[in-house]
Amino acid sequence: MPMTRDDIFAKVSDRLQDALGVDEDEVTPEATLTGDLGAESIDFLDIVFRLEKAFGIKIPRGELFPESLTAADSNFVQDGVVTEQGLAELRTKMPHADIDSFADDPKVENIPELFTVNMIVNFLDARVNA
Amino acid sequence: MRWIWIDRFTELVRGERAVAIKCISRAEDHLQDHFDGDPQLPASLMIEGMAQTAGILLGHANDFEHLVILAKIPKVSFHRVAYPGDVLRYEAIVQTLGEQGGTCTIEATLDNGPEAGAAVAEAEILFAHLDPDDPDYKGADQRNFVFTSNLLQVMD
Repeated sequence: MPMTRDDIFAKVSDRLQDALGVDEDEVTPEATLTGDLGAESIDFLDIVFRLEKAFGIKIPRGELFPESLTAADSNFVQDGVVTEQGLAELRTKMPHADIDSFADDPKVENIPELFTVNMIVNFLDARVNA
Repeated sequence: MRWIWIDRFTELVRGERAVAIKCISRAEDHLQDHFDGDPQLPASLMIEGMAQTAGILLGHANDFEHLVILAKIPKVSFHRVAYPGDVLRYEAIVQTLGEQGGTCTIEATLDNGPEAGAAVAEAEILFAHLDPDDPDYKGADQRNFVFTSNLLQVMD
């Protein structure tokens, strides 16, 4: 039986509260993991482990939280802004993220804003209901 | 002073669970100052013992191919103080184990005396793997590693 997005969100919220020590009302779909919820680099590994256990799946390295997104090719960034080529790479690497909104102001410094609670829910929705 | 905070492994089930014991001696240097006239095992060193137990368990699961580093302690609580003469039993259970690291829960209980079995502390610890081809490997501080060849002697 497929899981609803509400079911997925509730499970994700519980795990983020455990991993990041945040309150339930802080975990909104739009909340960014680093900016709003205070996640640091090692927390991403903690979150992946908790999600794997909660949903009974394996999440390969870099699939949910890709690393060094724009460093792979010097054409991906120009003057601190992600290029069209870079945006295409982001769409390939992060189909679960809202790249369209990011494309409105594609500064490199805005990349962490792609990592939202909703992004995790999108990823899991695609995985568990495939 | 050697950075070894467990004395012996008593049980090991590969990739699942491990038990180690720590005998607290009045002769340990740090107990002369923690505290003067009222020696107690510092909570931080109890965590270190729990981490060494769990770290060896995780390292053993991968044939010690990775360096295992204590990365995060999401939960820890202490229920009683541990004194010289106490024997602590650390039981670590693997919760998750993957390419990048693993998570264990660890319970510390008193293993001797009239109150044997009493809960002393419990923790959840996240470990990260560091491999020789990782750019951070050379800059890693050996003191941060959960186990070294010296520590593995407790498994002899």
